[in-house]
Amino acid sequence: MTKQKILLHVNRATQELEAAPNRLLLEALREDLGLTGTKCGCDDSSCGACTVLVNGRPAMSCLMLAASYQDAEITTIEGLAPGKTRLSELASLQRAFAECGGVQCGFCTPGLILTTCSLLEKTPHPTDAEINEALSGNLCRCTGYTQILESVRRAIELMEKESAGEVVRP
Amino acid sequence: MSAGSIPNSPVGSRVPMVDSFEKVTGAGKYADDLVLPGTLVGKILHSPHAHARIRRLDASRAGQLPGVFAVVTGKETPVKYGILPIGHDERIFADDKVRYIGDNVAGVAAESAEIAEEALRRIRVEYEILPAHLDLEKSMRAESNLIHDGRPHNIEKEYHHHFGDVEAGFKAADLVRFDRFDCAEVTHAALEPHSTLASFDDDGKLTVWSSTQVPYYLMKTLAATLEMPEENVRVIKPLVGGGFGGKSEVIPLELAAAVLARKAGRPVKITYTREEVFYAHRGRPRTIVELKTGVRRDGRLTAVEGRVIQDGGAFCGYGPVTMLYSGQLLNALYDIPNVKYDGYRVLTNKPACGAMRGHGTVNVRYAFETHLDMIAAGLGIDPAEIRRRNLLKPPCVTINGLRILSYGYPECLERVAEASNWSEKRGKLPFGKGIGIAGSHYVSGAANPIIRSDQPHSTVNLELDGEGTATILTGASEIGQGSDTVQAQIVAHELGIALDRVKIVAADTARTPIDLGSYSSRVTFMAGNAALAAAREAKRQILNAAATYFDVPAERLVLEDGRIFEAGNRAKALPLAQAVLLAAKPETVLRATGSYSTPAEARGGKYKGAGVGPSPAYSYSAQVAEVSVDVETGQVTVERIYAAHDCGKAINPLTVEGQVEGSVWMGLGQALEEEMVWKNGRLMNAGLLEYRSASTLDSPEIRPILVESADPEGPLGAKEAGEGSLAAVIPAVANAIYDAVGVWMTTLPITPERILKALEEKQRRTGS
Repeated sequence: MTKQKILLHVNRATQELEAAPNRLLLEALREDLGLTGTKCGCDDSSCGACTVLVNGRPAMSCLMLAASYQDAEITTIEGLAPGKTRLSELASLQRAFAECGGVQCGFCTPGLILTTCSLLEKTPHPTDAEINEALSGNLCRCTGYTQILESVRRAIELMEKESAGEVVRP
Repeated sequence: MSAGSIPNSPVGSRVPMVDSFEKVTGAGKYADDLVLPGTLVGKILHSPHAHARIRRLDASRAGQLPGVFAVVTGKETPVKYGILPIGHDERIFADDKVRYIGDNVAGVAAESAEIAEEALRRIRVEYEILPAHLDLEKSMRAESNLIHDGRPHNIEKEYHHHFGDVEAGFKAADLVRFDRFDCAEVTHAALEPHSTLASFDDDGKLTVWSSTQVPYYLMKTLAATLEMPEENVRVIKPLVGGGFGGKSEVIPLELAAAVLARKAGRPVKITYTREEVFYAHRGRPRTIVELKTGVRRDGRLTAVEGRVIQDGGAFCGYGPVTMLYSGQLLNALYDIPNVKYDGYRVLTNKPACGAMRGHGTVNVRYAFETHLDMIAAGLGIDPAEIRRRNLLKPPCVTINGLRILSYGYPECLERVAEASNWSEKRGKLPFGKGIGIAGSHYVSGAANPIIRSDQPHSTVNLELDGEGTATILTGASEIGQGSDTVQAQIVAHELGIALDRVKIVAADTARTPIDLGSYSSRVTFMAGNAALAAAREAKRQILNAAATYFDVPAERLVLEDGRIFEAGNRAKALPLAQAVLLAAKPETVLRATGSYSTPAEARGGKYKGAGVGPSPAYSYSAQVAEVSVDVETGQVTVERIYAAHDCGKAINPLTVEGQVEGSVWMGLGQALEEEMVWKNGRLMNAGLLEYRSASTLDSPEIRPILVESADPEGPLGAKEAGEGSLAAVIPAVANAIYDAVGVWMTTLPITPERILKALEEKQRRTGS
């Protein structure tokens, strides 16, 4: 298939790549742009590991054609806290997942963190039911979800403290 | 010295995993994230037939396609392999026969996935279709067209053990009960699909990066099948996205990538699709368990006889080990004086089964714990009480030769009974609501290695530099369970330094010492003990050097918070970094090695099959499930699980709880919904949507309770935490369903259809 020029706006930067019209957004991110934080777990949108934010909303990049999202703002896990080198410098959501055991093997983690990010943007104080509903498309085989739920609750707590001007360090 | 006596020790603290930064930022690299210049895409041609002879194979048109750099078929891969020395029955690519749908026929390496797929389509294979053996019980009676030569009746392996005298035990019993259980085949479904990158350098040395739990065994198998010296093969384990046993033996793509890379002269990466992962499988086999148990009126067990048949699929894999765990762990949670076991591992034309979390014990434990509740119901004894009446009295050796030192099972039973308010609820909840109890146990590492050898099971090298930083070199394989973190915590604890002063270099067969891998829940116990020994050796060297410096005996010195001082005189302290340099002289890096070998007393008996089952220590679990059953729809809802786990010592309570919760959750999946559905050798649900596991919406509350029995040989008292909890939850749910609606569920998974059928039968039988 003939390659074409595709412009993607990823993590607040515009990136140009040459790819066939059937190039998936997941492939473009991972293989053309080297953003391997976005994972492929199932090939068919069953697992949510490939979740990215498209204009702030979670979307499964394994089902999306890169060429169709040239006008969108795309955020991947790499875009949450760029250039940081220590856990204590990361976004509170990322820290909370590490501190509360929301991460085991880590393969579902980028997708879960981005989905949570979008949830808390819209609903800063979700109920447990709202959290469970929002995360229900992101499969995790390690945790049984208990510590993921605790991570999200902890993130909310950290974010509240931060918005109140408190410095929170793990 | 107990962990608690060292101030600021990270041991016992809820410490984030040391690799969590790279996981929450996406910076961490898993195998499929790696790329080398010129990397080709590898793809495998799979058999469309369950059982067929390859009459002719013509791959010439594939090789002619532009962009194709290598095509390899079975003629070029003659060496047989398998994880067990007694089971070398696999080849990288089939030579004369395919034995399951999905069997590996040929491989290609090309510039792109599209070209590789086109090349596969150009390979012409002429098959002579053979009758396929798809049914477990029919396969073990088959006379002709057998799956492998030298395996009459398609029986891969059978074991017959008899300890004591079961007939005498049945005679002494007041009640003898027989039950049959049938457990569906389930699979790991780790979120990361298998992936391997292989590359040869100009000197012909091979480096493989792979999603493996067993880099050491992979290195050996690569060397054997590619007919290369082991020193020319290097295996590096990057981050692994979950294993649960599915990456604990060599998976065909790992060898295929290497053989294609050698032929192409360029690096080759193969990443399985999700469908290929399901066909690569190696999960828990369908298992039929028949139990006959004798019991006295007071609830004391007098004998148990178990007959277990497992559907192993087309290759040996870990099969004999699975069979033996099923027998060896059948009785060893309790004190049972007479035990008989007959186990049959049967070949069928389906993907091979293998090790899966709770390897070999899960289905037998489900059967036994449910059967025990049936017995208790028959005698009118409370289910928690009948378990109390059959406890072991450690230290002891079970009748089949398993040495038990620490035994937190009684405490686990008491703790869950108390937390769940058992005595107030059992038998007293309204119809449709129920509560059930069950127990389980598991090894903290196999006492005997897969390949018999006198070398230690784990070795850890430790390097301390002039800045007081400790670097752990370990072969142990972090797969998400937190094993790197545990080793770092132990070293930081022993050396009195902060956790962030400990670096870890792990699982690189060219750089790190030998560790046998992440299987049989061995890493905390074995690599943990090796790390502890290395840290103690480093500490000894440091304190000896400091003793000269202070001119006092080393025994009077304290190493704490990165400083060394004489007990009671903190003011005059020598920084650790300086002491390291003194101790290292004339070098600038202090090196210490620690290793772990299992004690001879823990290695089991002398009979055939005695080598599997023994472990230096066993974890224990007791769980209570609270369920509700909708009698109109048959839907079972698990409200809550109380899970007490005896992990010896929780080096990291955060990750121990994570392991317990994850095990319980995975067990619930097997209890209620997971099942590989086969039709004519084809998997009907080879996708994560079709092979359904619970989401955040239908996962119940799990309340972990950690019991610390302080094992005398565990590192700081620790034992396994990652597998043992899985087995108890299934019978706890089955027993709770009986309490709720009065039916015994003897087939897994416990689907709504099966509940309704059981309720109908009950109604027919009792009229109520």
